[in-house]
Amino acid sequence: MMLKTLFMSSALIAATATTAAAQQLSVVCSSEQDHCDLVANEFRAASGADISLIRKSTGETLAQIRAESGNPKIDVWFAGTGDPHMIAAEENLTEASGANTTNLLGWAKNMAEITDGKAIGVYAGALGIAYNAELLKEKGLKAPACWKDLADPAYRGEIQVSNPNSSGTAYTEIATLVQLFGEDEAFRLLAEIGKNVNQYTKSGSAPVKAAARGESVFAIGFMANMVQQKNAGFPLEIVAPCEGTGYEVGAVSMIKGTKNTATAKQFIDFVLSPDGQKLGAQAQSYQTPSNLNTPVPPEVGNLSSVKLIDYDFATYGSSKTREKLLARWDAEVKSAGGAIEQ
Amino acid sequence: MKKTTALWLALGLAGYVLLPWYETDAGLLDPAVLAAYIRGEVPSGLAQMLFHGRWWLAAPLIGFAGSLAVLLVVKAQRQAAIGLVTFTAAGLALSAMQGLLIIPSGARLLSFPGTEVGQGSMGIGALLTFCGLLFTLTTGISGLGKGRGDAFVCGLIGAIVASVGVFVFYPVLHVLLRAFELRDKTGYGFGEFLPRLLSADIWGAKCLVFAGPCGSGTNSLILALMTGLGTTVLGLAFALIFTRTNFRAKGLLRVLTIIPIITPPFVIGLALILLFGRSGTVTNLLADVFELERTRWLYGFWGVYLAQVLSFTPIAFLVLIGVVEGVSPSMEEASQTLDADRWQTFRYVSLPLMRPGLANAFLLGFIESLADFGNPLVLGGNFNVLSTEIYFAIVGAVADPARAAILSIALLFLTLGVFLIQRRWVGKKSYTTVTGKADSGRHAALNPGLRAACYALALPWAAFTAVVYSMIAFGSLVKLWGYDHTFTLAHYARAFAIDIGHGLRFTGSAWDSFFTTLGIAAISAPLTALIGLATAYLLVRQRFFGKAAFEFSTMLSFAIPGTVIGVAYVMAFNFPPIELTGTAIILVIVFIFRNMPVGVRGGIAAMSQLDKSLDEASTMLGANSFTTARRVLAPLLGPAILAAVTYSFVRSITSVSAVIFLVSARHNMATSFIVGRVENGDFGVAIAYSAVLILTMLAAILTLQFTIGQRRLRRTNRLEAA
Repeated sequence: MMLKTLFMSSALIAATATTAAAQQLSVVCSSEQDHCDLVANEFRAASGADISLIRKSTGETLAQIRAESGNPKIDVWFAGTGDPHMIAAEENLTEASGANTTNLLGWAKNMAEITDGKAIGVYAGALGIAYNAELLKEKGLKAPACWKDLADPAYRGEIQVSNPNSSGTAYTEIATLVQLFGEDEAFRLLAEIGKNVNQYTKSGSAPVKAAARGESVFAIGFMANMVQQKNAGFPLEIVAPCEGTGYEVGAVSMIKGTKNTATAKQFIDFVLSPDGQKLGAQAQSYQTPSNLNTPVPPEVGNLSSVKLIDYDFATYGSSKTREKLLARWDAEVKSAGGAIEQ
Repeated sequence: MKKTTALWLALGLAGYVLLPWYETDAGLLDPAVLAAYIRGEVPSGLAQMLFHGRWWLAAPLIGFAGSLAVLLVVKAQRQAAIGLVTFTAAGLALSAMQGLLIIPSGARLLSFPGTEVGQGSMGIGALLTFCGLLFTLTTGISGLGKGRGDAFVCGLIGAIVASVGVFVFYPVLHVLLRAFELRDKTGYGFGEFLPRLLSADIWGAKCLVFAGPCGSGTNSLILALMTGLGTTVLGLAFALIFTRTNFRAKGLLRVLTIIPIITPPFVIGLALILLFGRSGTVTNLLADVFELERTRWLYGFWGVYLAQVLSFTPIAFLVLIGVVEGVSPSMEEASQTLDADRWQTFRYVSLPLMRPGLANAFLLGFIESLADFGNPLVLGGNFNVLSTEIYFAIVGAVADPARAAILSIALLFLTLGVFLIQRRWVGKKSYTTVTGKADSGRHAALNPGLRAACYALALPWAAFTAVVYSMIAFGSLVKLWGYDHTFTLAHYARAFAIDIGHGLRFTGSAWDSFFTTLGIAAISAPLTALIGLATAYLLVRQRFFGKAAFEFSTMLSFAIPGTVIGVAYVMAFNFPPIELTGTAIILVIVFIFRNMPVGVRGGIAAMSQLDKSLDEASTMLGANSFTTARRVLAPLLGPAILAAVTYSFVRSITSVSAVIFLVSARHNMATSFIVGRVENGDFGVAIAYSAVLILTMLAAILTLQFTIGQRRLRRTNRLEAA
């Protein structure tokens, strides 16, 4: 009797359940939920195509695409920092969509060239420093203006930054400093800053949130996260380092082996068009859009005045450089002290 | 035997001959699929073999034809059983082999002629065929006299072994095998495995002598031991207050002991940060009043420990309450009649009888702590544990599946070790206290010292829980929790808006995932309880070959971190022969097999209290083992059933790490929605959603308690006057 119940119920589930229908475009989006939803709705309205979208972080998406390779359930991967997109391209998990890139800015085209058109830049966001203005005043500290200021011994135990072994944000920071100061000098500086670090967080956006809530005075992260927290009402101030700073390129990729090539291309064209890109600012996701013709919203305008370095994605996006820099970070920065809980 | 065999054979054959063998785009009840089926476009296994060139689908036929021949020809019982076992085992093995070897592009290893057509994933017809063959096989085995010749017991063992094999071992192997992958990805080998498994990265113990950080394995072990101990002691204190004192506000206390398990991940950690973080309420208060320095003590071992004990005490309580209640009053009365005082009665009679409960509660706390990933992520600071290391080995900037697999193996060793120790400790003594005899005594009240100790432990804890949860309620009603405390309902409106202008429309962003989550949890909870308790029944009441291994294998999916299970499920079930990704079924299945150990542990603890003479009496009165399980044991297991259903329902709603990889746009779950919001720093909606989930689950649990209710032990649950 019990067996039969068990058996009947599993049969029932099997009989009523459905697999995803092939004609529906399945998109994973690694931007913020509001941004993702808006893009999905507008694309549905503009093209009439059936689209289902879910938000997952870049790391989770990459892990899923790897596990599913050969029989993908995802058609397009939209947004999220460019490094994992480039890794996916390098591992042949994505394929060229052939989207038109003539109207895109240099860095977006550059990414498409490096990856043979598999990943195309959608937006860019600069790296920066944030501090909690109230806490800074309370502690009587001076606001930093440059990367080198962060090595000030007065900041001991007050800086939070993510761990490059788990977070792409911290890796962008290391690569930026290496490109600014040269490798040896950069690691010396990182070790100096490391002495002031209270915690190397796992997630890239955690330090900014901690600074917003006053759990740490300073944080290193992407400015888009900082603007978001500041707009939410936290007493956060944003600093664009005087030496110049690096940036991430958010990308869009078509998954290799998708059965919905035509709709996938249509979606990629949409997110590269001004109509698709202006949605970012509407959803309060303040990054620099990659299409020349997309109007740049005023909040982003302030950020685009920051001094950007000529970030070499071909070198610093490759697994070889990454492994070398991370090994050096483990040896020279992580072990150099800091990470003091106080 | 023959009747049962014939029945199962008929069912299996029906699946093989009538129903579509391969998976269809939608369920068979879908009109389009049904029409295609009637037109003969989705053929059965037999038709595939005969008319579509898939000759390998003859495999099941060997089992069916052989078994039918045996049924018709062989008269002697034993010979018939041997024949059945041989043919069905061969049929099953061959059918499984063809599924694993032949994939869409043809044969996987060797090139068999004629396999170029390839094949897709198995569907409903294949499922029925396998079930029919499996249960014919188990009936045959019972015919050989195994499992005391009981077809029901053998069938149950077969069903559980098969499902654990398919849904635990098969996927987990996909991940664990990668532990042997060489670093340069050129192949597999043992050379790097041992050094990496035993490295100081994992097992370093410098922190014990204050000379630096410990390895993540050592950290996990210390944390899990402390959490297991803490939750067991607190759970026992709560259970004693409930059953052995006249404490007035038991109802309120009950709610407080349940709430933490129904809290979505990250929320407790967040609440603790806002209380005890460097800018937390309590920290500020202490700093203002006593001029204590604001520190970041919360980020590290103590923060994680606090959050885990808060989260997992209810599990210990759920296991212990049934056991503490079940201890026979007669024994306590006998002890007191023999002039023992209350303390002696408790120490030498009641407490030893609770051993299975204590052991199982500790084991659950230990394993939960090892596998917990939300709390260490939020509060861990620089304190590394295995579960987060595993997560980032899979999704981090530098993905290293080999490392993830090795860390998972380290974690499994810890679990296995504690599992063996607890079995040792419980030993082979009898803990029977619920017998068929009239037993109308009263539970001994606690002696004053012990009662005071229980109150001193449990009540501050309950108050603390109450504070944490009022904070959460508060957080969902203010603009910016932790900074701008203006009252607002905006978070609820964004998540749960309803538009009644054009008929009832659920426009809030959370509704979709909310309904999916409740639906999936409601389907999986009773199934989990059923499988869990059935397993417990086999473990406690039946003797069979390989029982210890069987017991441990049921714990496996619980002990492996969710992230690993999630990736393992994608790797195993995204490709033929079994393709389930993107469906709701895979979510139901992952919940059943991840949560079933709680049903097993609770069931074992409760069942070891029930006197075997109850079963024997029932058997002697002519009932078979199924009737005994249903009419005698099940009614006495009320609290265990309640605990299992409640817990699996709640875990399906609050679990996150396994689910992240398995949710799809069509079947999104509440936790993955909440985590997404937390990642974006959008705490208001996340907490409002959590608050709604907590209330929903609380309502569900209270309803369950009323419907399943308390068992009647023909004793009144009264206490001797203190």
